[in-house]
Amino acid sequence: MRDVVIVGVGQTKFGEHWEKSLRALAVEAGLKAIEDAGIYSKDIEAIYGGNMSAGSTTFQDHIGPLLADFTGLAINRIPAIRIENGSASGAAAFHEGFLAVASGNYDTVLVGGVEKLTDVSMEEITEVLSGEVDREWELFNGATLASLAGLMARRYMVEYNTKREQIALMPVLSHKHGSLNPYAQFKNTIKVEDVLKSTMVADPLTMLDCAPVSDGASAVILTTMENAKKWRKDGIVRVKASSVASDYIALQSRENITRFDSTVEAARKAYKMAGLEPKDISLVEIHDAYSIFGLIALEDLGFFRKGTAGKYLEEGYGNLDSKLPINPSGGLKAKGHPVGATGVGQIVEATFQLRKEADKRQVPDPKNALTLNIGGSGGSSIVHIMEVVK
Amino acid sequence: MVGIVTYGSYIPRFRIKVEEIARVWGEDPEDIKNGLYIYSKSVPGPDEDTATISVESLRNAMARKKPSGVGAIYVGSESHPYAVKPTATIVAEATGFAPEITAADYEFACKAGTAAMQTVMGMVKSGMIKEGVAIGADTSQGAPGDALEYSAAAGGTAFVIGNENVIAEIKATYSITTDTPDFWRREGQDYPRHGGRFTGEPAYFRHVLDTSRKMMEIMKTKPEDYTYAVFHQPNGKFPSRAAKTLGFKESQIKQGLIVPYIGNTYSGSMITGLSAILDVSKPGDRILAVSFGSGAGSDAFHIEITKEIENYKKENAQSVWSQIERAKFIDYAYYAKFKRKIKMGE
Amino acid sequence: MTIPRFWREFEQRYRLVGTKCPSCERVYFPPRDVCPYCHRESVGKMKKHELKPTGKIYSYTLVRQDIPDFKSIKPYIMVMVEMDDGPKITGQLTDTEYDEVKIGMPVKAVFRRIREESDSGIIEYGYKFVPL
Repeated sequence: MRDVVIVGVGQTKFGEHWEKSLRALAVEAGLKAIEDAGIYSKDIEAIYGGNMSAGSTTFQDHIGPLLADFTGLAINRIPAIRIENGSASGAAAFHEGFLAVASGNYDTVLVGGVEKLTDVSMEEITEVLSGEVDREWELFNGATLASLAGLMARRYMVEYNTKREQIALMPVLSHKHGSLNPYAQFKNTIKVEDVLKSTMVADPLTMLDCAPVSDGASAVILTTMENAKKWRKDGIVRVKASSVASDYIALQSRENITRFDSTVEAARKAYKMAGLEPKDISLVEIHDAYSIFGLIALEDLGFFRKGTAGKYLEEGYGNLDSKLPINPSGGLKAKGHPVGATGVGQIVEATFQLRKEADKRQVPDPKNALTLNIGGSGGSSIVHIMEVVK
Repeated sequence: MVGIVTYGSYIPRFRIKVEEIARVWGEDPEDIKNGLYIYSKSVPGPDEDTATISVESLRNAMARKKPSGVGAIYVGSESHPYAVKPTATIVAEATGFAPEITAADYEFACKAGTAAMQTVMGMVKSGMIKEGVAIGADTSQGAPGDALEYSAAAGGTAFVIGNENVIAEIKATYSITTDTPDFWRREGQDYPRHGGRFTGEPAYFRHVLDTSRKMMEIMKTKPEDYTYAVFHQPNGKFPSRAAKTLGFKESQIKQGLIVPYIGNTYSGSMITGLSAILDVSKPGDRILAVSFGSGAGSDAFHIEITKEIENYKKENAQSVWSQIERAKFIDYAYYAKFKRKIKMGE
Repeated sequence: MTIPRFWREFEQRYRLVGTKCPSCERVYFPPRDVCPYCHRESVGKMKKHELKPTGKIYSYTLVRQDIPDFKSIKPYIMVMVEMDDGPKITGQLTDTEYDEVKIGMPVKAVFRRIREESDSGIIEYGYKFVPL
């Protein structure tokens, strides 16, 4: 398999976009990426679009051709496919794009992720977002995704003697970085007390433990090293690893609910593919859809022993100048979580960081970046590792 | 011999006190308590209904003894969850008796459960089925502010009736049926209506007293020949007065008189009182059990406890009085919410 | 839930009927057609197995979200129960105060109303848990 590199990225601000439709968001991100790469429509050979809920929130399916159409590429009759993998739809689309170029099937592809949630009522959004859990055996009985996170948090706190305040450090960290990110939905900083006092969602998790409802889109252009060197002087980012793993969809079917076995497996394969170990990673964009997911994932990625993530967050890990910067973008909590766009957005952020274009939230001299996108309550995990090409 | 092979009851745990209802509607609670001899009534939780109560009653019966040849299930109630689609089908599916079984729902106000008993007795006696299930259960509604609101309660009892390993032989049954419009509900109406004082002498007392006397005449018995007696309990006063008039002592009806604490469980009323008696009865005990259903009718049963009750594992399910004691009191607001008396938005 | 979708799961929702792998004897709920451990050896051989309705609480939470189906019981307790027969089941804990709930608490499954389509639609019954 040949090298695959990122040669252009683009992103909308994440947040409530009342004036922008699904198409408008997708096009905005896509065109920005094309502009950033400095290429032309004819150079793009395929589109991979990540989106979870368009069929339910906008009653629009067939997203592949929709994206091709409105980015002006349908005229070229290019292949366009929509990929859905719950909250991991974005990284899943990216994985498909990566394979397409790595295998030699295409040279240059556009990967996008888009989600438009706010066109329907809050009740309908909750219902739609709960499509990621097991509808028959979890949601039917009242187990929303938030309540599953609550079950995980309770068990985690009891098994590892973790304090509630330690879990709250995750959203505090995300907001700290989000306040420095012009693309972020929330620019305010928060304290641990704010998290604890916020409206209860599913005990012990409050509103500030949970990622918001967001609209948004992100896009990336992938191509061969040869093309990249023609198009860019610098700022080429190589995708060193792209790995996917799944697990039982229902939380109850898993052996241990304080662990994402899909993350453990995806990470193992990614580290192997990249020839790296956890200690070699310069920064990580993690899937903090719920604060507890963030802690558990950090451990399952191999950074901390099981049950100790909270302690390390307390000691300052996660900060931009620490040994392991976490969510420099603001993560899902502060930057936002437009489901299908999230995973691609993490890779866009990794690219900004590796190109040293992250402005106020720049991690000092990162060599590589790891992103983790999770679907549902851990039914799928997708890990990417990127590095700067000198 | 035909009789009860196993039995079980279920009473929801929520209760509301007479004082609390009286507070809202401006009545004097002492008047109500003295007039009705009711202190509190049971309230079904928001996730309970006649079907769930029926299933739990039958499951309690099955926990005490596993039935071996159930061929029919009849559920009597005046608050079936569906107007069309029998509760009995849900019960049959939920307790594993479906599909090779006959089933239907009964309605005869508060005596729908005993009507089911008589049907099943006949089917067993004729050899048509080996065992049959008769259930009486209700989550009855009383119109807000009406006298019935103090008594309309929730609960149920299931009997498995057969002719082998019978713990309580039903030696005889006798019934009276008339057209007496004492209490009724028209199709589509939320709440029933009643004839006030007409529900007393021409309805309850005429039917219960006549049926009881005739039952004793048939069996050639007198009140003192019975260990226990249980009558339909729309309130605490009626069955006490009926017992006294017939010549029964208070000590004979005390065990089965559950209405002061849980109210009138309608189709579950007399039979849950009977269940409470079975909880303590011994071989040789004789029970006179008489139901009353508005509309109207009365079913009497002469029951004798057999030695088989000594092998019977009644401790495998909660007794009626311990269910009565496991109570959580709520206020009128929660009561109105649970009983869906509050008009909700879209 | 649509009618056929709900109806075909009565055995599971009403009576906790799962499947058991004849090779490794693991019990699964909801039922599986193939055992994840024994694979092809189990295909066509998985047997129906009615779970014992008792178990212990493995984890719990109190849900305060505004879910239209559960408006009348908000907030409701969600539990994951490790059943005596092996599988873990997610369901509501009813008839209990939240401050009484503990990990390890013995519970049993009971038959309750879960939701209804509408005032005129079908009623969907299923399992909830109560303390033993």
